[in-house]
Amino acid sequence: MGELKLMKGNEAIAEAAIRAGCDGYFGYPITPQSEVMEYLMAQKPFERTGMVVLQAESEVASINMVYGGAGTGKKVMTSSSSPGISLMQEGISYMAGAELPALIVNAVRGGPGLGTIQPSQADYFQAVKGGGHGDYKLIVLAPASVQEMCDHVKLGFDLAFKYRTPVMILSDGAIGQMMEKVVFFDQIPRRTDEELMKECPWAAVGKPKNREHIRITSLDLDPAGQERVNLKLQAKYKTIEENEILYEEIQCKDAEYLFVAFGLSARICQKATDLARAKGIKVGLFRPITLFPFPIQQIAATGNRMKGVLVVEMNAGQMIEDVKLSMGSKVKIEHFGRFGGIIPSPDEVVNALEQKIIGG
Amino acid sequence: MEELFAKPEIRKPENIVYKKTNLMIDRPLSYCPGCGHGTTHRMLMEVIEEMGIQENTIGVSPVGCSVLAYDFLDIDMLGAAHGRAPALASAIKRLWPNRFVFTYQGDGDLAAIGTAETIHACNRGENITIIFINNGIYGMTGGQMAPTTLEGMRTATSPYGRDIATMGYPLKITELIAHLPGVNYVTRQAVHTPNHVRKTKKAIRKAFEIQKEKKGLSFIEVVSNCNSGWKLTPVQANKWMEENMFPFYPLGDMKIDGKLV
Repeated sequence: MGELKLMKGNEAIAEAAIRAGCDGYFGYPITPQSEVMEYLMAQKPFERTGMVVLQAESEVASINMVYGGAGTGKKVMTSSSSPGISLMQEGISYMAGAELPALIVNAVRGGPGLGTIQPSQADYFQAVKGGGHGDYKLIVLAPASVQEMCDHVKLGFDLAFKYRTPVMILSDGAIGQMMEKVVFFDQIPRRTDEELMKECPWAAVGKPKNREHIRITSLDLDPAGQERVNLKLQAKYKTIEENEILYEEIQCKDAEYLFVAFGLSARICQKATDLARAKGIKVGLFRPITLFPFPIQQIAATGNRMKGVLVVEMNAGQMIEDVKLSMGSKVKIEHFGRFGGIIPSPDEVVNALEQKIIGG
Repeated sequence: MEELFAKPEIRKPENIVYKKTNLMIDRPLSYCPGCGHGTTHRMLMEVIEEMGIQENTIGVSPVGCSVLAYDFLDIDMLGAAHGRAPALASAIKRLWPNRFVFTYQGDGDLAAIGTAETIHACNRGENITIIFINNGIYGMTGGQMAPTTLEGMRTATSPYGRDIATMGYPLKITELIAHLPGVNYVTRQAVHTPNHVRKTKKAIRKAFEIQKEKKGLSFIEVVSNCNSGWKLTPVQANKWMEENMFPFYPLGDMKIDGKLV
């Protein structure tokens, strides 16, 4: 049994990073996630575990510091919010191309542009469909509680190193800012240099006499070579799709209608499910936890048993495209969204279910 | 003459007066004949070999002509995105404080797109070495105007010469960096004559010694030619460099042991 704490989601990210044996955090302040670096600087893990914490001059620098650290096999991460994550896309694309493990946390806020500092889920496309240039995917985890903020840091690092790929935690301003109980796992020691070199023989750590030099790069000027790089990446994503899907079904067994929602929207839908059932509407909730890999078959199996499906998101309709691709056109699928930083109430969600699905 | 070299009996260690460092990989360089990159690479590798630090060195290459530096240097290296090498190097050095970490960057990479990363790595006093090749032009993309392109200099994007009124001034970024307190050693050298090559090698050695002693950032500018981009022969290019580049970018030490010269 780990340690029980009452904590903000952003602080849970930071505490979990220290406990996961993270080697380095590189960040730049941006609302609504500045608590991550503030917590780290206050906790001084550099004195305790040796973890490096550095405030960079920009998100561009932060992500490239992450790229540098990741290329040497270190367990490194950054966090930011939507406009900052847009700036990071260059480095994320390079890391995907060079096959480097890293953890990136996005506390999504309303956009486009400078938008607002209030919570949103409008970065679903950016996170799940690549984000930067080139054909690549990130593993995307969508926490719906402060507990999952903690758990996904450990899971994210594990997946990043298992597949040598950047992993994104797609949180939002509300999950980052809200306080909840969280049970922390025990401190995992940071790897020694020897352990790192054994685990990451691909890392650029300095060339011993008895091996070839290592070049960390995403460049291959030969089209045939670059196609091989792409095929390798696609094969990796397929393996990830086959092995790493996570999702949760709540009250789906006897349900006639279904909410599909991730992250904060799923929390709201959980309450909406209870409210609707009190009114006699048999509704369940399907919550994808991994947004890539997306639970295609699982949503199809559960969704296609229903009379109708309402996809609830804090955006104008992004994940609904994947739900529709998963389910086909047998069952009615509608979208309910609030955006620009507005958090829908559970009552609004029940009304939308009644109007768009049951009465529609 | 060829016959003489073919005689195996004279191939004895005591007869060797000069040889290529073992840390340069046997592969044709991608640089134009007469370009300063190859010589600078060799000086860098000679220093690393002489100091016996191949196993403890991590290099970061840029985007530009030297993007493929990691194909020629027999050390572990990372290829950075354009301009970001100092950010990578900052993180690597902090995560691996017992490694020697350097960046190798051109003028577009270091003084245009990577200005923020350069200035801030220098200002934090990261204990790394930055090697900056300044040839006043974007070589790899075909000879466009660089931040260090001289006034009046013709390039693909300043075909009538760099016009200060509309295109701004050539940037003396090395002078700017010398004034940052986190920076220990700043020098400007060249590699177009044996004498200058020796001085550059000495500067690189000094920079790595500073890193060993954890005294802060060392910054070496190498003013070089780009005969292809300047549309001159290598010999003409070196003459043009002496007559035009050196007066604006004068060679010599700017900062030693944290003190401006």
